[in-house]
Amino acid sequence: MTLAEFIAALDLLAAEAPARIAAAADLDAWTEVRNALVGRQSGRLTDIMSGLGALPKEDRREAGQRANGAKAAIDDALEVRRAALAAAAPASGPTIDPTLPARARWKGAVHPVSLVIDEVVEIFRELGFTIALGPEAEHAWYNFGALNFPDDHPAMDLHDTLYLGEDQVLRTHTSPVQVRTLQQYPPPVRVLAPGNVYRRDFFDPSHAPMFAQIEGLVVDEGVSFADLKATLAHFARRFFGAGTKTRFRPSYFPFTEPSAEMDVQCGVCSGAGCSVCKQSGWVEILGSGMVHPAVLEAAGLDSERYTGWAFGMGPARTAISRHGIPDIRILYDSDVRFLDQFTR
Amino acid sequence: MNISHEWLARFVPHGRDAAAVRDLITAHVATVEGFERLRADLEPFVVARVVESERIPDTKLSFNKVDDGSGTLLEVVCGAPNVTVGARYPFARSGTMMPAGFRIEKKRIRGLTSNGMLCSARELGLGEEHDGILALDTDAAPGTALLTVLPLGDVRLVIDVLPNRPDLLSHLGVAREIAALTGTAMQRPAELAALGAVPGAPARGDDQVRAAGLEVRLDDVADCPQYGAAIISGLTVGPSPDWLKRCVEAVGGRSINNIVDATNYLLHGFGQPVHAFDATKIGGDTLVVRRARAGETLVTLDGTERKLDPSMLVIADAAVPVALAGVMGGRASEVTDATTKVVLEVAQFAPRVVRASRRRAGLSTDASYRYERGIDAAALGEMLSLGAALIAHVGGGRVDALLHAGSAPARRASVTVRPSRVALLLGEIVGGDEIGRLLTSIGFACEAGSAGALDVTPPSWRHDIAREVDLIEEIARLRGFDRLPDTLHGARPGTVPDHPLFTAYRRVRDALVAEGLHEVRPLPFTSGRAAGPDGADLVRVSNPLAEDEPFLRRSVLDTLARRAEYNLNRMQGDLRFFEVGTTFTAQGRALPREEQHVGLLVMGARRPVHFTEAQPPAFDEWDAKALAGTLAAAAYPGAEIAMVPGESPILWRVQAGGVVIGEVSRLTLDAPVWAKPAFGVEILLGEMPSTPVAGRGGHAHAAAPARSRAAEPVRYRALPVTPTAEFDLALLVPDAVLAAQVESVLRTVSGPQLERCELFDEFRGAGVPAGSRSLAWRLTFRHPERTLREKEIEGRRTLVLKTLEAQLGVRPRTA
Ligand SMILES: [Zn+2]
Repeated sequence: MTLAEFIAALDLLAAEAPARIAAAADLDAWTEVRNALVGRQSGRLTDIMSGLGALPKEDRREAGQRANGAKAAIDDALEVRRAALAAAAPASGPTIDPTLPARARWKGAVHPVSLVIDEVVEIFRELGFTIALGPEAEHAWYNFGALNFPDDHPAMDLHDTLYLGEDQVLRTHTSPVQVRTLQQYPPPVRVLAPGNVYRRDFFDPSHAPMFAQIEGLVVDEGVSFADLKATLAHFARRFFGAGTKTRFRPSYFPFTEPSAEMDVQCGVCSGAGCSVCKQSGWVEILGSGMVHPAVLEAAGLDSERYTGWAFGMGPARTAISRHGIPDIRILYDSDVRFLDQFTR
Repeated sequence: MNISHEWLARFVPHGRDAAAVRDLITAHVATVEGFERLRADLEPFVVARVVESERIPDTKLSFNKVDDGSGTLLEVVCGAPNVTVGARYPFARSGTMMPAGFRIEKKRIRGLTSNGMLCSARELGLGEEHDGILALDTDAAPGTALLTVLPLGDVRLVIDVLPNRPDLLSHLGVAREIAALTGTAMQRPAELAALGAVPGAPARGDDQVRAAGLEVRLDDVADCPQYGAAIISGLTVGPSPDWLKRCVEAVGGRSINNIVDATNYLLHGFGQPVHAFDATKIGGDTLVVRRARAGETLVTLDGTERKLDPSMLVIADAAVPVALAGVMGGRASEVTDATTKVVLEVAQFAPRVVRASRRRAGLSTDASYRYERGIDAAALGEMLSLGAALIAHVGGGRVDALLHAGSAPARRASVTVRPSRVALLLGEIVGGDEIGRLLTSIGFACEAGSAGALDVTPPSWRHDIAREVDLIEEIARLRGFDRLPDTLHGARPGTVPDHPLFTAYRRVRDALVAEGLHEVRPLPFTSGRAAGPDGADLVRVSNPLAEDEPFLRRSVLDTLARRAEYNLNRMQGDLRFFEVGTTFTAQGRALPREEQHVGLLVMGARRPVHFTEAQPPAFDEWDAKALAGTLAAAAYPGAEIAMVPGESPILWRVQAGGVVIGEVSRLTLDAPVWAKPAFGVEILLGEMPSTPVAGRGGHAHAAAPARSRAAEPVRYRALPVTPTAEFDLALLVPDAVLAAQVESVLRTVSGPQLERCELFDEFRGAGVPAGSRSLAWRLTFRHPERTLREKEIEGRRTLVLKTLEAQLGVRPRTA
């Protein structure tokens, strides 16, 4: 092949191309035309180009330039035609009824008690709390002795206990995590300890032998009851709403002193008194207090140097009142029709 | 503790209404959880003013026009002689239910209509006197509720007294707090003014005392530090006077007779449990406080025969027990209508021995409740005189003698409180003067100590004051928690890293919820059946709630299977559960090994019905395998997850980083015929150690791990710039050969340029010989730096086929 022959072949292609492109009536036909003209496998231009190697060396440069010029012209014409065809083409595919439902997937759900725990954790995380955990089967010492429970005292009657053997219990509260954490990590300590606790309470609409609890603990130098009040009142406003009123009542827990229960003003009656709050206008939310020095000492801390506060709350009770669940046992039954109500 | 508002006011004339007292107690002392108006039946009555009145001739009746505040004057016929124009009276409108149980109706009397009733004191249940209707000393507007103008009808306050404050288990104790909080002086209740004197001081003795023919002996003063007895004779047992009846009924009791009611008065009024024996039923004129002997029995007042043992303390006469000390008296020496002489016991028993006795007997009483928590031992002598005088008074008898064995405890040690410590703990400065004033107001004795501190001696009725912080609590509550500041300050970050099991729980939960599963939180108790016949490492609860579920589970799937059966019983067969929970494995005498497991259970429809698929497929083992993979990857991020075939019912064992962490299994449920097969996955999330962190009173701070760093970051790999080459292999695989074996050969023989190896078809049937199946893989290759040559790919294919044939007897399907 000579350069002249090469150019002639290109010119012929350039002459034929516009008519063939214009003749493509739809996108399928357009694809065929494109493959026939410039397709990499069997296109005319590819055929012509394969002759490039047979040309004398000094002609190859010009041949290459002319070939590129021809390809650019054909590509432009192809693109113009494709755009025209695409604009004219009707919506592709068979017609559908767009109001039919999407292909469904099962939706999962977080348990309502876990949802409450999540929210509490979220709020305290903003205040720099981290998460501590502990075992559910506990040494009696961690559950009672280290928490300043007097031996064989009526205070023990507040915790109807399930025993596993001599000096072993299913923990009756999450407070043992206080002592474990203080023994393991030096102050400052700011932790939240969610977990299951056990009581020898028979299942009835408002009692369960196992339930979740959330413990909070702060220990550092210079921590005061004012910090307890401020933090828990802040929590109440974040959890129940900005205007939430709180009150603190004297209470008794062997492991805190002073001890206080925190109430929030009843959201149903705004404090006027109703059946939800038993006419008191207030709803009990959590127990709290300054960590008893005996607890700090049980964990090997200097109780003159360090002070702290702690609280404990039951998320199940909050879940029940929040969702209007009439019987606590529903939380445990795991009826799929109940769980389905919490899908997100 | 039930507190009568009226009774309380007789101890401390505070001049406040019951609601104010309730709020005061709740804010400063203990929670008032009940507020019961005892005369709620008087709520519908109103104040009415007589505007006109004229006598009806030839009768005792008057015809009146009455203003009841309704805006219309009502015509009322009245039979009382004392109707006065302009005066105000209690008025029952038509329809009002009277305390006696009948309803006031509109009625015609002598041709006149009467619209309601002007009431007398007796008709309102306010007394016996009946000299006409009750003129009200008030100028309240007609229509005002009667209860707001007359301090009528007591209110019962129910106080939740916690174990640290037994001193609040009486009206006297609550009155002390009210006196301090309101600045009102205490007084002796008026009803005690009429009591006669008692004969001087009691006969005393250390552990033995005798007077008026009675001997009292204490076997062990550790069990019974003090025992007082009063001998009262010439009594007539009968109904109580009204004031005493009202006291007993106000706290929710039932009036029995004057003697029993008087003992209850002392208990609820002053917190001192007392017991009256019929003196003639005490054999040998002797009372001994001693441990019971093995084999002894006692029929208590409730008629139950109780077996006694030496852990229990009794009061015995010369021969047999007559009372379970501090718990309940005996039936044989009970006061009856025929009783004329009693021995009144006013004693102090040790809290522990009463606790042991009542637990052994399974019998908790008002007396044992107070003894267990501690009484005011210093008041015992006073209570003995008061009790004797009261019984003599209400029973019309006389006090023959008082005996008092043992002695009151020594004055307590003082506790020092530093104002600087008060300020530190409360976050507010409270001056030494104020501290002294507050503590003194509730009976603490304060003396100036060194460096501005106060040396404080608690009163004999307080048993909860041992350390400085106990006093700081008193200061805080007396000032009021609500008065303390509550400014939110910044805080130093803590040293405790997030527990890895909590972060793992969150990852796993998010992954499984995204897969459409429901989180459950069931109870972890189990019958143990699922553990197999041995059940040796199951943990048993010593005192289980239910004898048919005495064990703690070793497997979360055990629990989930029972929850699935619960749903199947309710016709629910499309189930997708998971739980992140604790399992327990016995370890001899040590605490159980505790692990956090994740279990999941699926059965029934794989997805909801859709119009493109009328009957969605049911979950099968491949879904379970996929879920296991998702779960394991979420639980062990970064670790290589593998599924190793297991033996039925285990389908696969799940490995993470080469270690078995769980399994996928087909579950056997107690299921109805329509139920679809159930599949379960259970994996270990981590162990929860329960060994002590450090010794008692010690810590392990030196060994504390630092806050965890993020996991090893992903290293960037250059994006490929070279093309891939691929080929498909359709293979005839004998049934004895597993897909994993074939794939293992494919991967080893194909060399490092193999990028992907995907099984895309399994087929049995036409064209495939029996005893084999056709499996097809697509192999994709890429060289990082250049395009692979066709020859190289062909060579790889040949080698793979040769090796498959040689090692596994697997040949290409088309060959
Ligand atoms: Zn309310």
